[in-house]
Amino acid sequence: MSKELIRLANCTMAFDGEVVLDNINLYINDKEFLTLLGPSGCGKTTTLRIIGGFQEPTSGDVFFDGVRINSIPPHKRAVNTVFQRYALFPHLNVFENIAFGLRIPKVDPETKQKVKLPEQEIHDRVMEMLQVVNLKGFEKRRITQLSGGQQQRVAIARALVNRPKVLLLDEPLGALDLKLRKDMQNELKRIQQSLGITFIYVTHDQEEALAMSDTVVVMDGGKIQQIGTPEDIYNEPKNAFVADFIGESNILDGIMRADGVVEIFNRKFQCLDKGFLPDEPVDVVIRPEDVDIVPEDQGQLKGTVTSVTFKGVHYDTIVDFYGFKWLIQTTDFCPVDSRIGIKIDPDGIHVMKKSQYSGMFGDYSSYSEEYDEIGDATLEPEEEEGERDEE
Amino acid sequence: MRQHRIGNRLFMALVFLFLYAPILLLVVFSFNAGGSNVVWEGFSLRWYQELFQDRRMMEAVYTTLLVSVLATLISTVAGTFASVGLYGMKKRWREPILSVNNIPIMNADIVTGVALCIFFVAVIGGWNDFVTFLEENFRRTLPRLEMGFGTLLLAHLSFDIPYVILNVLPKLRQMDSSLIDAAQDLGCTWMGAFWKVIVPEIKPGIVSGALIAFTMSIDDFVISYFTAGSASTLSIEIYGMVRRRVSPELNAVSTLLFVVVLILLVIINVREARQEKALRRSTARK
Repeated sequence: MSKELIRLANCTMAFDGEVVLDNINLYINDKEFLTLLGPSGCGKTTTLRIIGGFQEPTSGDVFFDGVRINSIPPHKRAVNTVFQRYALFPHLNVFENIAFGLRIPKVDPETKQKVKLPEQEIHDRVMEMLQVVNLKGFEKRRITQLSGGQQQRVAIARALVNRPKVLLLDEPLGALDLKLRKDMQNELKRIQQSLGITFIYVTHDQEEALAMSDTVVVMDGGKIQQIGTPEDIYNEPKNAFVADFIGESNILDGIMRADGVVEIFNRKFQCLDKGFLPDEPVDVVIRPEDVDIVPEDQGQLKGTVTSVTFKGVHYDTIVDFYGFKWLIQTTDFCPVDSRIGIKIDPDGIHVMKKSQYSGMFGDYSSYSEEYDEIGDATLEPEEEEGERDEE
Repeated sequence: MRQHRIGNRLFMALVFLFLYAPILLLVVFSFNAGGSNVVWEGFSLRWYQELFQDRRMMEAVYTTLLVSVLATLISTVAGTFASVGLYGMKKRWREPILSVNNIPIMNADIVTGVALCIFFVAVIGGWNDFVTFLEENFRRTLPRLEMGFGTLLLAHLSFDIPYVILNVLPKLRQMDSSLIDAAQDLGCTWMGAFWKVIVPEIKPGIVSGALIAFTMSIDDFVISYFTAGSASTLSIEIYGMVRRRVSPELNAVSTLLFVVVLILLVIINVREARQEKALRRSTARK
């Protein structure tokens, strides 16, 4: 474990002068499940295509096992890809799709001669893969006779049968419905762990990223915003973008008065963060589930409930504090227009340095519309802009 | 209401009569025992017999078939590769080239024919002058050129290739471009991906393109007439016969040409209908 396998060093990518990737530095360990997470157009697919060999970075270097591979074409890389819309070959059946890579003669490194795999070995390996992806008995089917989830499995089998060191997955679950997506998430995680292969996974779905990954790389605007474990990313977001993109968060302006003391709305709160300049302006993240509702006279802050939505496990309660709308997730029902107080424990407060994203996120005054937007975004898998030439 | 419908049918019958009576007449009289195109003297294959004994005519048939087959093969290969090139191009370059590609299709045959004729005459004339110059001054010689089968073939290529491109390019565009990436990802070189993935995907377009190119070549008259030089195709031969006398042999050869083109058109249409059906089925599934 934790041997470095792939490194991107100062990688920049520009299409017609438009910068899509801006000086990316990233290393990926052997047997790691790493997710590139970000909104469409953030450069995550471009990063994947650079690793796959479909694009060469405008500047910077790509290393694989310590060897620079910038201009090595895709067919010579020990990497296989599961494409966004599967890219299965419609003229071949399931068996032949999976056998496709095995049928291509490979150059033997010692004899320098092209070697074909014996038919029996091809057959055995394809059958073994069909077992891994739970598609036994489907080998004679045509691609068009498969459901989306089955096509997905064929695409994974087709890539894995070549025994790559790294599997690249470009939003592989984007076209599936929610239930199937959850099943496939578990399935993928199981395959990754049982085969011990490095997975590099691209998605814009933060839940998916948190659920599956060892490491999450949050990207926006062609830059890496944060790299960390799912827990790090959620609990200790580096800036307002990450805090907003991962889960729900109230992001407020604050001033750091001392180590462990942050001032919000002219009130001092205890927190665990240290190491800021005295009186430094900061962004403060408070997760909706970390807020306790108390009677008004016991609250650290007092506000008015403006909207309540029942979500099953909890209520989404929007509370107006001095003109700033907070989202609070609580199991206590508070009727609209009631006055309430809130308490926040020190570990429920996370302080971040100011960034270019400060002030862009965090207010829930347009809450319902925002929810609509999120709903739309998950409906269709987006193609990232600028990835391919205009069509 | 009823009368209305009868009127409709009558009109349609008239239209069909007007369109197909001449061809029907031609076909019927090609089997006439006598030499007239007006009086029916009984069924006979006499004119077909005479046709197949006519050496000039058979030579023209041979030339026509040879030029059509060669032009189809070359234009299918060239047109397919040209389409792949166009597909990979930026829009800014592709669109103007496609407009230029359409010119031989839209242009009046007579203009294309005359233009090609003038061009060939100029080039061949220049070459022959150069050979004369070599002979006179350096006592060396090179073969002289003349208009003939070569120029005929080039002319056919010039109007066949656009049809192939017109049939292949849409198939390429329909193809999911990540298929090429996938093939390369699985170990193919670009050429490997071309043969193993692109060609099977666009094969219907390549076959339609080839069929249409063959149809265009086999029944072309105007452009062939201006570029054939010493060679002669079937349609040129027919035209020559008409100028001499209207022989029933002419009916026979025209009937044969008509039947060949008709069969080709039927094949093309059936294929198109089938593809459309398949396409509708696959989109309905999604």
